[in-house]
Amino acid sequence: MSIDLTQFHQTYFEESFELLESMETALLEMSPGSVDMDVVNDVFRAAHSIKGGAGTFGFQEISDFTHVVEALLDGLRSEQLRVSAPMIEELLASVDCVRTMLEKQRSNEEILPSDWAAVHGRLEGLVDVPRSSGPTNADVAHATAESAPPERPEALDWKIDFRPYLDLLRTGNDPLRLVTELSEMGTLESHCELGELPDFDDLDPEEIHLRWELRLHAATTEAAIANVFDWVSDQCNLEITVLPSDAPVATKDGHRSTVAASPRDNAAPTQPTVDPGKPEGRRMTESQSIRVAIDKVDDLINMVGELVITQSMLQQIGENFDQTQLDALRDKLALLGRNTRELQESVMRIRMLPISFTFNRFPRLVHDLSRKLDKQVELELLGQQTELDKTVMEKISDPLTHLVRNALDHGIEQPEERERVGKPRTGTISMNAYHEGGNIVIEIADDGAGINKSRVLEQARQRGLVSPDEVLSDDDINHLIFHPGFSTAETVSDISGRGVGMDVVRKNIASIGGAIHLTSAEGEGSTVTIRLPLTLSILDGQTVRVGRENFILPLVSILESIQVRANDVSRIAGKTEVFKLRDEYLPVIRLHRIFDVEPGRLDLTEGLIVVVDNDRQRVGVFVDELLGQQQVVIKSLETNFKKVDGISGATILGDGTVALILDVPGLVTLHDRHGDRPDRAKSVERDTEVVAA
Amino acid sequence: MSVGTERLSAPDPGAEGTDQTGQYLTFRLADEIYGVDILKVQEIRSWDCVTPLPNTCKAVLGVLNLRGTIIPIVDLRRHFDLPEGETGPTTVIVVVKVRQPRERVMGLLVDAVSDVHTLGEEHLRSAPAVGHLAEQNLVGLAEVDGTMITLLDIDALLNSGDLSPEPVGTA
Repeated sequence: MSIDLTQFHQTYFEESFELLESMETALLEMSPGSVDMDVVNDVFRAAHSIKGGAGTFGFQEISDFTHVVEALLDGLRSEQLRVSAPMIEELLASVDCVRTMLEKQRSNEEILPSDWAAVHGRLEGLVDVPRSSGPTNADVAHATAESAPPERPEALDWKIDFRPYLDLLRTGNDPLRLVTELSEMGTLESHCELGELPDFDDLDPEEIHLRWELRLHAATTEAAIANVFDWVSDQCNLEITVLPSDAPVATKDGHRSTVAASPRDNAAPTQPTVDPGKPEGRRMTESQSIRVAIDKVDDLINMVGELVITQSMLQQIGENFDQTQLDALRDKLALLGRNTRELQESVMRIRMLPISFTFNRFPRLVHDLSRKLDKQVELELLGQQTELDKTVMEKISDPLTHLVRNALDHGIEQPEERERVGKPRTGTISMNAYHEGGNIVIEIADDGAGINKSRVLEQARQRGLVSPDEVLSDDDINHLIFHPGFSTAETVSDISGRGVGMDVVRKNIASIGGAIHLTSAEGEGSTVTIRLPLTLSILDGQTVRVGRENFILPLVSILESIQVRANDVSRIAGKTEVFKLRDEYLPVIRLHRIFDVEPGRLDLTEGLIVVVDNDRQRVGVFVDELLGQQQVVIKSLETNFKKVDGISGATILGDGTVALILDVPGLVTLHDRHGDRPDRAKSVERDTEVVAA
Repeated sequence: MSVGTERLSAPDPGAEGTDQTGQYLTFRLADEIYGVDILKVQEIRSWDCVTPLPNTCKAVLGVLNLRGTIIPIVDLRRHFDLPEGETGPTTVIVVVKVRQPRERVMGLLVDAVSDVHTLGEEHLRSAPAVGHLAEQNLVGLAEVDGTMITLLDIDALLNSGDLSPEPVGTA
């Protein structure tokens, strides 16, 4: 019976990456001195599962490497070794190593010794040190013996009594694999007892009635042997005994232990967490997959069930329809509408993942960076269960990383400095995610130094971004840091300070229809707020009418809409129209002009001006009127055609017609290009309009 | 995806290639009869109001909802600089699949569909050098019962000029 194991590789990789993720999280919770055994066990189990899988699939390097990691962890588990700060660092480094190795293995690249040898050596050092100087009582010897990988104790004769429960085979375990693995440790003699085998007629091929008595002559330890059986430890009775025959060192007489069903040792690949999906695909080489919580699927099935029922009710009405059933028909149609909407929502939910998948990487980042920068920082994660679309999540993760780096590097001060200004030595960065309206809001706040406004302003003036006599509001100054090439960091480090960051962050966020806002108080810290659409395929839109055309403006970019008075409108150089909004003059973009459509209204005072936010520069978009607000499903124009300037996509309205979705930054570009083109001929009030150009 | 070079190269040698025989769907534009390879035709649907696309070339009337996908509609009269026609009861949209440089579904607005002809060697005529209708858009000419049919290469036609899926360059 040979199974093509490669079909399980993908699952193994996905699981392993998740295990690494949980290992990392658990390791970050550990601190020297206070060790929570549950956490250590979690990490151990994760390492063990990765090793086990690697062994099964023949990924030798991974299996060898994780063996040392496991040995070290086993030392911790048996309290032989003490958790120290360098040890946690090495374990974290080992997580990275395993990740690299797994990635290489997945993409069939060769794993180089340089990928792991250094960490491997250091880990071995950590395992070895306490052993050489450690106490020598029997229990301890047993615990640490396993953690000495290369030089084994003398060869012993082991008797292993392996009695699997009836259902061992049902869990996919193969005794042959176990026996083979044992035989690799030394010379193995195996004796299979058939005594309990039932009559052939009563035999259930899925049950196992065999038991084995194995004799192993090998230089190994009891724990190492038990490890082989770890995956089946809760499905068998296992007795491992040292045969005293030619054992030169008296390993405690009759020393035996029973590794039976203890949940602690159950290293079957069950996840400690039920997290669906895997976070943020690093360059996927194979098809992307998403894990969906079963309740979401059940919901979906329920809804499809309802839909089917509604459909059959409608069919019944349709078969012999007469006027008296009109009301019933209407009811059912309404029901159908509701079913469809619910179904759509549930399908969308399938793509939604909790943001913890992105947030989870930050404890490690903060941990590493704060050490590097000699700062003390605590990271607070809130709203981890907030869900958002997988695609949005993938796109948001880099900008978030950048913002957290920034907060750490520029925001949080050195502990001494913090003490001097009367703050606790440990700074806090908090990340919070929550839903607000149809948006998801992510906040990254630090209690650091805040933005030094005078420095920012000075820099901006030096670079000519702001003219010397320009007066800027605090808000405007804060937003200068989003300007390309802007950095006030005194030293450029490899963490941040090159000034290529914030404008890229803003661009990335804008590209997925989000907006970024920054507030900061000097000496108290800064908060960056990111507002994102929940999904990239549905948008809250405001329908506007221009002449006979309807367009959709993304609601997120609309600040307000106003009707202007004639004396609020003026011109610059006879061309560019501006209007006065409170104490500001904003340019007017006439949609009919830049899109060259027949205008409905030409007089600015008769239509409406929708004030939209375009990368902080506000403009007024002139439309005839506002129609309804609705959620629209975004369809790409590029699928069958190409990108059209000023249009980000299209959607299908309730009546089946297509409406175009406006792309606000694109409108501004178009305005620069076509803003002064003559209006299309239209018989309306042309004389009241002062024609430009 | 180098659209530019693909447009220069002759009709796709991989597909039907130089073999022009096969079944053609013919349709009328003004007084002229055109034919397209029937295997490129996905469906024919009645004329419906389209949503104009601003700032695109004049041959693109706009976009239409075809069962949930948005397809652009090309007015072939305008593309060939024929006089503008009124839409009438026979006006239809021939929905075609363009394979290059990536698969796209587009609609051609035509005055009426006429027939499906199986064209063999005996029907084919060599095409004269035609002015504005650049040669690459043509598969050739055919004659059926004394009527001339201009055979169009859909892939080349719908990749020519502003119809190519390159970003709009409205300078």
